[in-house]
Amino acid sequence: MQLFVFVCAAAMILVGAIGVIVRSHPVHAALSLILTLFGVAVLFVAQDAHFLAAVQVIVYAGAIVVLFLFVIMLLGVDKAEALRIDPVKVQRPLAAIVGLGLFGLVAAAIVRSRDSLVVRGRGIDIASGDTGHDSNIRQLANDLFSNHVFAFEVTSVLLVIAVVGTVLLARRPRSGSASDTSAGSK
Amino acid sequence: MHFAIASPTTTWYLVLAALLFALGAVGVLVRRNPLVMFMCIELMLNAVNLTFVALARKLGDIGGQTTVFFVMVVAAAEVVVGLGIIVSILRRRPSATADDIAELKG
Repeated sequence: MQLFVFVCAAAMILVGAIGVIVRSHPVHAALSLILTLFGVAVLFVAQDAHFLAAVQVIVYAGAIVVLFLFVIMLLGVDKAEALRIDPVKVQRPLAAIVGLGLFGLVAAAIVRSRDSLVVRGRGIDIASGDTGHDSNIRQLANDLFSNHVFAFEVTSVLLVIAVVGTVLLARRPRSGSASDTSAGSK
Repeated sequence: MHFAIASPTTTWYLVLAALLFALGAVGVLVRRNPLVMFMCIELMLNAVNLTFVALARKLGDIGGQTTVFFVMVVAAAEVVVGLGIIVSILRRRPSATADDIAELKG
């Protein structure tokens, strides 16, 4: 059963990733990205990260890909790209070599070091027993709000900076050159 | 699980994540549309997230999942800022590709 889930999710992930690379239409690439993100969410569930799987579906597949689609539609760049012509001759073989080399190196390192993976933490609670169904969320929250609470607060600052910066970037200048100062004062 | 079918181990997950990362890297190198390059960066971030989650399970440390949480937040912020930049470039030149990056020169 676990093998079946893994094979199905891996097929979803790889088909989606190849789709993102080879589909010439940006909308199709975004939809392939959704397939990959769902496959990763399935593997998160298989690895007992239930909260992160939910966040993956809601935030990634729900918000980020919709943001991509918004930008594609809004800018009217939903034209198929001419992928047949290759402006730089050696680019694709070189990229393939780099990709294969990257995968080969990382996979060799993983396979060589697979015996050195030993349990060193307190373990991740599986959703069973008397702690109820939300033990993963509880454990994650305990770690997040005790060990990493400062990073959590800094994250909120990061999000505020990102929102303000994006509003400044994507803002259409009203008229004349006074837009920078008026936007900065808000 | 006493029958002969192998159950997927952590190594399988890590190799799959490495494959996904390599595919994302190839996509960034090959594609010219800045939006699709951004999607390939998301692929690489997801590969790293998958690695973190698999190792968190294997090593029995919830810190890996906490890290994935932060990676997701930073990825969301990065997408927002990057799409803002792309929108402001493409609004001026609707057919700009990554080759026209000299447009950024002031």
